[in-house]
Amino acid sequence: MPDEKGHFGPYGGRFVAETLMEPIEELRQAYARYRDDPDFQAELEADLAHYVGRPTPLYFAKRWSEQLGGARIFLKREDLSHTGAHKINNTVGQALLAKRMGKTRLIAETGAGQHGVATATVAARLGLECVVYMGAEDIERQAPNVYRMRLLGAEVVPVTSGSRTLKDALNEAMRDWVTHVDNTFYVIGTVAGPHPYPVMVRDFQAVIGREARTQILEQLGALPQALVACVGGGSNAIGLFHSFCKDEQVALYGVEAAGLGLESGQHAASLCAGKPGVLHGNRTYLVENSHGQIIDTHSISAGLDYPGVGPEHAWLKDTGRATYVAISDEEALGAFHALTRIEGIIPALESSHALAYATQLAPTLAPEQGIIVNLSGRGDKDINTVAKIEGISL
Amino acid sequence: MSRITERFTVLRGQGRKALVPYITAGDPQPQVTVPLMHAMVAAGADILELGVPFSDPMADGPVIQKACERALAAGTSLLDVLAMVAEFRRKDQETPVILMGYLNPIEILGYRSFAEQAAAHGVDGLLTVDMPPEEAEPLAAVCKEQGLDRIFLLAPTSSPKRIEQISALGSGFIYYVSLKGVTGASTLDVDDVSQRVAKIRHYTTMPVGVGFGIRDARSAAQIASIADAAVVGSALVKRIEQYQNRPEVIPEEVSALLRTMREAIDATENV
Repeated sequence: MPDEKGHFGPYGGRFVAETLMEPIEELRQAYARYRDDPDFQAELEADLAHYVGRPTPLYFAKRWSEQLGGARIFLKREDLSHTGAHKINNTVGQALLAKRMGKTRLIAETGAGQHGVATATVAARLGLECVVYMGAEDIERQAPNVYRMRLLGAEVVPVTSGSRTLKDALNEAMRDWVTHVDNTFYVIGTVAGPHPYPVMVRDFQAVIGREARTQILEQLGALPQALVACVGGGSNAIGLFHSFCKDEQVALYGVEAAGLGLESGQHAASLCAGKPGVLHGNRTYLVENSHGQIIDTHSISAGLDYPGVGPEHAWLKDTGRATYVAISDEEALGAFHALTRIEGIIPALESSHALAYATQLAPTLAPEQGIIVNLSGRGDKDINTVAKIEGISL
Repeated sequence: MSRITERFTVLRGQGRKALVPYITAGDPQPQVTVPLMHAMVAAGADILELGVPFSDPMADGPVIQKACERALAAGTSLLDVLAMVAEFRRKDQETPVILMGYLNPIEILGYRSFAEQAAAHGVDGLLTVDMPPEEAEPLAAVCKEQGLDRIFLLAPTSSPKRIEQISALGSGFIYYVSLKGVTGASTLDVDDVSQRVAKIRHYTTMPVGVGFGIRDARSAAQIASIADAAVVGSALVKRIEQYQNRPEVIPEEVSALLRTMREAIDATENV
């Protein structure tokens, strides 16, 4: 739990320009009010059930577990929620809040496009204007999602500054927000940004872990040995972890993108290979150089290609409650193919990082033990990327 | 009395307003910056605002973002910027110099180490865009110890409570951001700015500077007529961008533009 200014230990807080301080405070007050409001919660729950399709299944990956030899692996199927990723849990919540606050325009930043699609989706449903900022490089990598957003009526703005990826899209979204604070709600897609975003997004994603906890107790008859989730900004991971944080016997593993290898410098592993600093409204671990400049990151997965991470993860790392590891592009691709062929599920490249770590972890555990891997999204959006690597043109 | 306070006291005595140019240090090359600082002083600048380049300048528009990219590509670090101030001080002991930028390059150096080095190199004040008063105390405390003024932003969205809080924490002057938006934006509503500056003056006796949206001599003069200082950034940086391939002419080209602003400000005051 953070303090009242949104600090998790030394991390988090509010590091934004003065123009945004009042809007952020207005958001904090609105969220504090509606978080415990029965009408708001009832509407949110109904939307999660009937629009998003919750609860998502917890699937025992029997064949895959047997092949690996070791713990039983369960997949939390966020890929089966509406729009194909966990992102929708959060955008449904934030959009309902925006509507209650009288905002008419949603803005968002997106890397892989999943958060952009989820924001465009809820904007369409609620009749709100929607603008999504996306790095020009990511627009190329994720053409199907760009088209999806446009079909949904969103304006997708290519960002050509800096490294042309997610962090630059975030800078642009902040600039838009500062310019249109009166009517605009900034839907942040992960557990980062100024307070209250890290807490609010976590709360909206915590449904993942609540369901998983109930489901694993039903199916395994016990708590799992470990939880595994990929970490870019870290919202799906926090969402899964939150309900288990007090169960000290459950190991929490966050899996970052090692890209071409941590030693290559071409990665997006802020917790495994970064240092604490201040960016995008919060203090957290960052991939930066010795002068405090943010450096370009690399991951095969656009959704993990971010130089920062949510402040609560920074705190979970420092306190030792969670362990952070990194998986390379190549290892993630291996897991992508393995799950597809063995279980008939095409996972997102983001989630493939978590799956790859589970393949290492499972054999070290006993068959009566369980691992929950968060299958945060489906891989349809990534088939162009994978095909291209294999020299196949679709 | 700090160099900044002293400068405002002198100007006030003369019935004049301060002209505060902003440039990004190291843009387009580190060797341009110190000659440019001297040229701007000669053209009538009262206080210099030196931007510390940052990879992700979220509160700035495209003009200053590109300046940061040029400065970083030329290898400019925060320590280089401090060295530039020290070099400037060899010839100019009078003109106050403020560093303006984002927190992360300071974080990595450490607050105390930064404040000690900044003071030793002749820096007079610090403005960190992404550090509101809620988070400012540790850095503000070491700046105070080292005699550095802590300059804070106020925005059109700032509530009376915040104006009061920020006025109490800051020193040197208050920097009022004239519009909702980023640096280099085009709209400037002088009447609105005038009302808000008047409101700020209820809470503080510190001088009030106004920036964002001042693009030419006319808008500089308009702002100077209602505030104690006009801060000009993007318009000058655009001029630097225009001559980035001929860096030797930058000091003269930029100060020529600045001189028109100085003349317009002084002419308005004489009316």
